[in-house]
Amino acid sequence: MAFRFRLAPEKTNFDFFRFQWLTFGGSMMLTVVAIVAWFVMGLNFGIDFRGGTTIRTEATEPVDVAAYRAALAGMDLGDVSITEVFDPSFDDNQYVAQVRIAPQDGQEAVTPETIQLVEDQLKTVAPSITFPSVESVGPKVSGELIWKAIAAMVAASFAIMVYIWLRFEWQYALGSVIAIVHDIFITIGVFAIFQLKFDLTIVAALLTILGYSINDTVVVFDRLRENLLKYKKMPLRDVMNLSVNETLSRTLMTSVTTLVALGAMLIFGGDVIRGFAFAIFFGVILGTYSSVFVAKNMVLFIGLDRGDKPTKPGTSEFANVDA
Amino acid sequence: MQPMPLWKRTLILIICAWGVVAATPNLFYGSVERHNDALAAIELAGGTATPEMEAARAEWPDFLPSALVNLGLDLRGGAHLLAEVRVEDVYKTRIDAMWPEVRDSLRDLRDQVGAVRRAPSPDDVLRVTISNPAGMAAALEAVRGLGSSVVTLTGAGQSTTDVTAEGNDIVVQLSEAEKQATDGRTLQQSLEIIRRRVDEVGTREPTIQRQGEDRVLIQVPGIGSASELKALIGTTAKLTFNAVISRTTDAGATAGPRNMLVPSIDEPGVYYIVEETPVVSGEELVDSQPSFDQNNRPAVSFRFDTTGARKFGDYTAANIGAPFAIVLDNEVISAPVIQSHIPGGSGIITGSFSVEESTQLAVLLRAGALPAEMDFLEERTVGPELGADSIAAGQIAAMVGGTAVAIYMIAGYGLFGLFANIALAVNIALIFAALSTVGGTLTLPGIAGIVLTIGMAVDANVLVFERIREELRANKNPARAIELGYERALSAIIDANITTFITAAVLFTVGAGPVRGFAITLGIGIITSVFTALFVTRQIIEVWYRWRKPATVTV
Repeated sequence: MAFRFRLAPEKTNFDFFRFQWLTFGGSMMLTVVAIVAWFVMGLNFGIDFRGGTTIRTEATEPVDVAAYRAALAGMDLGDVSITEVFDPSFDDNQYVAQVRIAPQDGQEAVTPETIQLVEDQLKTVAPSITFPSVESVGPKVSGELIWKAIAAMVAASFAIMVYIWLRFEWQYALGSVIAIVHDIFITIGVFAIFQLKFDLTIVAALLTILGYSINDTVVVFDRLRENLLKYKKMPLRDVMNLSVNETLSRTLMTSVTTLVALGAMLIFGGDVIRGFAFAIFFGVILGTYSSVFVAKNMVLFIGLDRGDKPTKPGTSEFANVDA
Repeated sequence: MQPMPLWKRTLILIICAWGVVAATPNLFYGSVERHNDALAAIELAGGTATPEMEAARAEWPDFLPSALVNLGLDLRGGAHLLAEVRVEDVYKTRIDAMWPEVRDSLRDLRDQVGAVRRAPSPDDVLRVTISNPAGMAAALEAVRGLGSSVVTLTGAGQSTTDVTAEGNDIVVQLSEAEKQATDGRTLQQSLEIIRRRVDEVGTREPTIQRQGEDRVLIQVPGIGSASELKALIGTTAKLTFNAVISRTTDAGATAGPRNMLVPSIDEPGVYYIVEETPVVSGEELVDSQPSFDQNNRPAVSFRFDTTGARKFGDYTAANIGAPFAIVLDNEVISAPVIQSHIPGGSGIITGSFSVEESTQLAVLLRAGALPAEMDFLEERTVGPELGADSIAAGQIAAMVGGTAVAIYMIAGYGLFGLFANIALAVNIALIFAALSTVGGTLTLPGIAGIVLTIGMAVDANVLVFERIREELRANKNPARAIELGYERALSAIIDANITTFITAAVLFTVGAGPVRGFAITLGIGIITSVFTALFVTRQIIEVWYRWRKPATVTV
């Protein structure tokens, strides 16, 4: 047999329920912690959701945040935040900062005159400064964007739940949605705890995590469905363990290839996309974990209706597709 | 192992070949783009080409495909604006235009209704007081008779106006159905005018779309900043010629009924009181060009259409020696005294313009006035350098990611991993081919979508390979194991990918801008990766198997 790089031995026999109190219980705890963090600390919303203006500055002089702040102090702009941006791909004398201005009272977007004034003020501090991007979102639109984002998450979860329910059974649908909720809430919690910028692209990332996580879970469920027909006498818990063990090699292989590709994006993709890449990277790890440790535990917890009346072909419309 | 039927194999090969060919232009983005631009320019010039155009055209052969992936604003640089049109502005214009009609028809009934006077009212309401309330019924009937039926599918049969009596007053409003119809027209008109103005500046492929009830999304690649774009499309450019009542320096002067106080553009502190109803308006212009006056100062020349020319001619003939004001967006550009009857219907606007200003004003007048003002809700500018940086970063990430995945696949599955890598390359070509063909837009999150697809695309292959391994372990002969591997992995592949596709579809429907770009690449990537795993890899394996006829297979 030729050499093959393996993440898991050919045949594994792990008991994935053995430390259930830690793996499943811990996950549920973390989810709760994440939700608490989200509500207590709040999210660091970008202008997409909060309104206001961000100006990206680039200069050949090092960024002096205090001087930038002083230059804008006299303008009565309300809440102004200035952060320096670092990225390994920048040149030696490339210094980038992000200036964020809160929405102005009674204005849908910051007027071009205000932006021009801000730019002129900053030029007095750093003569070489340029402004590679200026974005302004009015409070009206930002309010709508939040609702759209929430609607997207709910709609996607619901559509997936219905699909799984049709293809499998309602217990699976519930299990996979719990797994999704786990992945997404913990990711949001991390964004809250570290106060990372949360904008529209992060919502896209969350939806991608949702897609990935469900993908992973479905593969395990698919095997479970197959094995339940094959081993009608085996206890549900053992069939679940068997199914996860059989698909473990694939689960790890796919996660690692995806993480390798995403890792490249995270390291080399530039600072504009970093938050997005980070969210997906983190979510893929969670998604893999939840398909092994969360989704099926939920199904076991609810219990499947098999007992004396084995799942007849035809009870689920597509149940026999691969037999 | 049953070989695939010949037609199926041919079809797969054709699709792969198409993918590679259609994706190729994107490798030579700059040359192909210049070639395409030159072709468009030559066509615009009526088939005559300058040497530069010929040179640019020769950069890419005509017979090769030349469709490119559009680059989103975040990659190419440019400006994005979301504007809300104040549709209610138009109600006032409509209501004001009704007054003369109402007055004339009531005047015909003078013996029944008595004297007729317009009473103060909100902008979207016409309130008319009659001195003899006994004639109210007749008056209402006459005014109702002026309304016509609404011209829409849903509002058909309803009148355009709601006419009611309140004491001595007749109250005229636009009906709900008519308001809706008006809003629709206002937006349509605004879109058309914005498009004309943006086209006049001649940038590449601007996006101008209606969003929701009363919004317009404008994306213009390659423009310097959103402020520049706003200056171009944010100006209403409403030009009118009004009779001047008097000139004053008192900003608080009362203009009197149906008159308005308008500041002068180049004399600070000077105001003109002009009649509110214009003699002629900008809608009656047919052409407008930048030019110079007799003192060689920049000016704008214009020509009226026939009705405009007649009105203007009549007015100037009747008012020689009186001043009239040229008013642009509620500012008096100039207020010359009428020297003589101006019959030809053309004229020149002078003022203290720079050449740029006169050029822009001519563009605005030619494109027509916006029917209503706009509020800008969202604006984004991305500089071209930042976009170029993002592309470079995305390319590096895709290459590093792709290479790492390829090595990892070979390490994990040997020869079969190599097969999967070939399929992966075809997959990426197909994504670009599909994006170029449907004119999809590639954004920065879109690049991330492709990188993610590179990682996930191998998943379908992994599922099959793992299954083949299991079947081999169960001592099946290699051909049977491969066949079963594909068969048994199918349901997992389909279910897993459909669920991911559902999220891509939701993202596409709900998301905007960059997020939508991500949804498109993700969605296309899912389809192509299932195709390549189920058909391309399988065909490679089949061909290899029949060629080598191995006694044992190691996956």
